[in-house]
Amino acid sequence: MQRIILSVLTALAACYGQARPDLSGTYDIATLTPLTRPAKFGERLALTAEEARVIERQEAAIVAARNQKSDPNRSAPPVGGDGSQGPAGNVGGYNSFWVDRGTGAFQIDGKFRTSIITNPANGQLPAMTPEAIKRARERAKYNRPNDGVAFWIKEGITPGPYDDPELRPLAERCLLAFGTSSGPPMLPVMYNNLKRIVQTNDTVMILNEMVHDARIIRINGKHEPPEIRRWMGDSIGRWEGATLVVDTTNFNDTPALFGATRDLHVIERFSRIDAKTLRYQFTVEDSNVWTKPWSGEILFPATDQRVFEYACHEGNYSFEGILKGARILEKEVEKK
Amino acid sequence: MTKLLPILFSAALVAQPRLPNGKPNFNGIWQAIGPAHYDVERHMARASLMLRDGPHGPLASAPTLRLGAVGSVPGGIGIVEGGKIPYKPDAAAKRDENRKNWIDRDPEVKCYLPGIPRATYMPFPFQIIQNTNSVFMNYEYAGAVRDILFKDPGPAETDSWMGQSVGRWEGDTLVIVTAGFNDQTWFDRSGTHHSNQLKVTERFTLNGANHIRYEATMEDPEVFTAPWKISLPLYRRMEPDARLMDFKCVEFVEELIFGEHRRKPLPRQ
Repeated sequence: MQRIILSVLTALAACYGQARPDLSGTYDIATLTPLTRPAKFGERLALTAEEARVIERQEAAIVAARNQKSDPNRSAPPVGGDGSQGPAGNVGGYNSFWVDRGTGAFQIDGKFRTSIITNPANGQLPAMTPEAIKRARERAKYNRPNDGVAFWIKEGITPGPYDDPELRPLAERCLLAFGTSSGPPMLPVMYNNLKRIVQTNDTVMILNEMVHDARIIRINGKHEPPEIRRWMGDSIGRWEGATLVVDTTNFNDTPALFGATRDLHVIERFSRIDAKTLRYQFTVEDSNVWTKPWSGEILFPATDQRVFEYACHEGNYSFEGILKGARILEKEVEKK
Repeated sequence: MTKLLPILFSAALVAQPRLPNGKPNFNGIWQAIGPAHYDVERHMARASLMLRDGPHGPLASAPTLRLGAVGSVPGGIGIVEGGKIPYKPDAAAKRDENRKNWIDRDPEVKCYLPGIPRATYMPFPFQIIQNTNSVFMNYEYAGAVRDILFKDPGPAETDSWMGQSVGRWEGDTLVIVTAGFNDQTWFDRSGTHHSNQLKVTERFTLNGANHIRYEATMEDPEVFTAPWKISLPLYRRMEPDARLMDFKCVEFVEELIFGEHRRKPLPRQ
């Protein structure tokens, strides 16, 4: 009898650790490989080793240049910025201390990749629907650099882009991480690319560093009723052999993914390549936006770094400044 | 078999779930019941979250008046051992001042991260996600999180709202020491503040399958004359479909914090 109980217990214990790999860990998904492929690579998915080295050297040179000490005698940047591109936001914002885009392209199956997107084969987002193109054009009216003049008043754009908090991007409002960091799909961005995964029998939790957004994936769960929507959607998982497949629906009206809608559907596949690396594959469908589904993959390399608190809202002093600044610019135009 | 029976029997009675490594299994969704989130100290019910002097005793303040009974505070025997937090005189005066200005000062009103131990007994569930190496806590309120470190990295490198939590096992009790807080969080809706020297030692002990005995000791020599302790049960949420919902209250407080800066502000009174 004792022996039977013992063998049952051993079998149960084995269930915990069997074919399913443990995905738990902390991962740094920063990479220099872009989401969409630079046109020069065409349908080529892999870089040559030499091309990969060039990219690494270029990035290292950029980082070194940005890490130069500031000239203590420099004057303020000109009104409207110095014309420079990038995260410094034209007038100086982030220096290299904050930016962490990774140090190289990632390799899958021994090959450096030209893009994260693998399907379509050209590494680009698929064609957008006519309605989505129209919506994107509307948004583009808003997404213009603030050059110090209230263009929305001059051009009669109503509502103006700074009229209400609700009109500002989700990241500016500290509602979600910027770009596509929180996902799904979880894609690398300019900084704060850490992911913390804790896996149990019935749950996989993925903490996104930026804005401390945690996804709680219910293994073998059922999707929530359609009335329940979530910022990062409702994620349920299932194991297909050694691969965790996560299906996400029930998004809010404005998921943080290139103008996607509440009908967004994301399928993610997590598998373990080795003790220190996960493979992350995803497919995105939203027929309101894209005429075809699209897919991509990246690696999740384990890191010894820790995820620190990202208290965004608590320190969001700039949001008040953005709205107040717009009110001042409006008065200046209206006075004239 | 005769030796095994009592073990199996008592195991069934206590039904204390365990992980394969023998540690108590805290996985699940938990919530406190009771009025501790209003006031951790022993207190009688009072008219409002914020009071002012009336002709015959305290009355609801002007900003909370229209909430009526919904804005009143239910009484509680208190979760603080001895009923009172041992504040130094200056700190007690600051607590009273905070309470008089509750609506402007309580970090919960602005959807700020709640800190520890307040997150534990807010009127929201929280989920413990635990495997043999990790214990992670997700709180529904504001989507707060904390990762319990089982390797002490030394003093926190920076102050934070949720602090730095270091865990260890004492038998079947999960002991978590949290420090490295900022001085912005409170213990309840009654003005109970602390400094950034706060150190919280929590003890989580399973009491059967569906209860946790929760204890926490607070030390902060800047504001307290002595350490003080709270204890309360945490209850497993038993609904078969229990789960954390989205409660990203940042969106809900935008009108409060930023509404006056709209192009066309709504009436503020």
